[in-house]
Amino acid sequence: MTLTSSAPVAPIEVHDLTVAYHHRPVLWDVDAAFPESKLIAVVGPNGAGKSTLIKAIMGLVPLASGEVRVFGKPVNETRRLVAYVPQRESVDWDFPTTALDVVLMGRYGHLSLFGRPRKRDREIARQSLEKVGMQDFAHRQISQLSGGQQQRVFLARALAQQTRVYLMDEPFAGVDAATEKAIVALLQELRAEGCTVVVVHHDLQSVPEYFDSVMLLNLRLVAFGDVESTFTPENLHKTYGGRLNLLTEVGEKLRRQEWNARQ
Amino acid sequence: MNDTTESLTMAAGALPPWLSFFTLPSINVRLVLAGCILLGLCAGVLGCFTFLRKRALLGDALSHAALPGVCTAFLLTGTKDPLIILAGAAVSCWLGAISVDLITRYTRCKEDSALGMVLSVYFAVGIMLLTSIQHSGNAAQSGLDKFLLGKAPSMLDRDVWTLSILSVIILGAVTLAYKEFKIISFDPGFALTVGLPVRLLEIVLATLIVMAVVVGIQAVGVVLMSAMLVTPAAAARYWTDRLGIMAILAGLFGALSGAAGAYISYLGPGMPTGPWMVIAVTSLFAISLLFAPLRGFVPRFNRVRRTRKKTAQENILRTLYVLGEKEDRLDAPCSETELLKYRPMRAGAFHATLAQLVRRGLITESPAGCFALTTQGAEKGAQLTRLHRLWELYLATKLDLAPDHVHDDAEEIEHIITPELEARLTAALANPGEDPHARRIPESHAAAQMGGQS
Repeated sequence: MTLTSSAPVAPIEVHDLTVAYHHRPVLWDVDAAFPESKLIAVVGPNGAGKSTLIKAIMGLVPLASGEVRVFGKPVNETRRLVAYVPQRESVDWDFPTTALDVVLMGRYGHLSLFGRPRKRDREIARQSLEKVGMQDFAHRQISQLSGGQQQRVFLARALAQQTRVYLMDEPFAGVDAATEKAIVALLQELRAEGCTVVVVHHDLQSVPEYFDSVMLLNLRLVAFGDVESTFTPENLHKTYGGRLNLLTEVGEKLRRQEWNARQ
Repeated sequence: MNDTTESLTMAAGALPPWLSFFTLPSINVRLVLAGCILLGLCAGVLGCFTFLRKRALLGDALSHAALPGVCTAFLLTGTKDPLIILAGAAVSCWLGAISVDLITRYTRCKEDSALGMVLSVYFAVGIMLLTSIQHSGNAAQSGLDKFLLGKAPSMLDRDVWTLSILSVIILGAVTLAYKEFKIISFDPGFALTVGLPVRLLEIVLATLIVMAVVVGIQAVGVVLMSAMLVTPAAAARYWTDRLGIMAILAGLFGALSGAAGAYISYLGPGMPTGPWMVIAVTSLFAISLLFAPLRGFVPRFNRVRRTRKKTAQENILRTLYVLGEKEDRLDAPCSETELLKYRPMRAGAFHATLAQLVRRGLITESPAGCFALTTQGAEKGAQLTRLHRLWELYLATKLDLAPDHVHDDAEEIEHIITPELEARLTAALANPGEDPHARRIPESHAAAQMGGQS
């Protein structure tokens, strides 16, 4: 594997990435370099492996093969450079804590093990809540927030990490139109600051309006590039139209065989 | 260590047992009390994290898994030294935890099945070992079976010293790693992405639970230990929405139950400590369930009852107002039959509500049994009617609902509109004069007052 560091290093580089659940690949051989200072949409049908790709990049699911590099280094060494916004349903919102406390968790990566958040961390957390328009809810118990507000709290938590790369798993799910506009403005602000933002997105209509680049995904990488050149009817048809029967069947066979040559 | 010969129930002086306990008459009483309080405290605090991680059964599985360790330690060394026995318990607890982890990781079994299997198989092995030890004729073995249901009354100072050290370690570790335990309980995936050693922290947390179990089996025994881990946390959750306060409360509840268990077992020789601790902590849970201010059943019921009472009063005020409006005389008297015609209610509730309104000076009752609004009552009735008609107008104009569809909604909403919402409604509707049925909307009470002042 040679990933030379001579060229400007991409914020995220994914090389030959395959992810399998119970030996069945759900994502095959993805090769991609995410460009800097761009808003990038990841789109594809249900079960295409969009969330899996994000999780694989974050090191949350084991890779069957391939590798992920963040600024040219393995993820384990560069965790603090990537902020992750999980799907809202991934946690129990009845947890006894406040919105501000959740946002403060975004600072934990900057604290030493067992270290307590300082005044400055609290200040950053408060500012992050303000950026998503949630400052009035700082001391609200999180189960008392609406779905859209919870989503914004997760976003604020990622902002509090103050990093250069953001991976967001459906941040617009369950969010009203006004909030969606506000979030997009926020993402554009991040881009202006030189950040790379990767967003798993469901609404195809708004892709050209919101994003610079688009990754079309359906079990494998269909296309990846500028929205103008990539977000074409042919590519969309390749992504959404027609089932990949052969790929699915082979995957199923691998699952039954319970072994995988790549392991 | 001759203090063990001291009888637990020996009265200090002439005081009756229920009082003499509080003078801590003997070293033995002090030891039992200290042991039980420490156990309750540690288990309560740690239990918060297992409770929030939805692993409440883990404590149960681990405490049952301690039994084979207790027996093996005795078989290998032939002594009942607390350090050795507890070390044995810790080792087999640990093996139990690892078994659960391996089963969930490498088989199709989910965690609850793994916990169930580990709990029963370790306990079965423990009972087999215990039975064979008891039939071996070894005189030193007597008392080993106390680990099943606890042996608080026969705790020695060495036992309590061991427990104290373990408790200091447990509470110290939780204080130190509070923020880490919090985040791995709330969102372990995110914790991993910010670079926290989640796996290591989970192992540390499991080890602390093993230690709490080891503390606990001395006093309550392996069978009942899990109640001390789960119930204080479940009770504490009713009182607060903050993890820190919840942990402190759970610790207090646990300690209190421990003290209660020690106290009750002091009162009579037939009173077992461990089971009484479980009863005490469950009583605390029941009290929380019923009376905790926000989530408790009784306060919630009272809130509903208050709302119902307020709604009934407001409904009658509004009916009187609307009837008065028709006669162009707001204090027009109205008979019970007439009122009931417009506002059907159960007779009991109806009379109670009328009496409440008379008491509050909002209506008067004439000797003929008719009711009329007082000035104050008329003001209230006007305000309610205003809110009702504002809402009707809002539904009709902003939501394009037909005017004959809006009344029922407004009947409900008029009781809950705050002055702030009223101001926004007024602004949104440009301070309207008439509702969709072309009836006059009474002026805002607050606005009228302000107008009067200027």
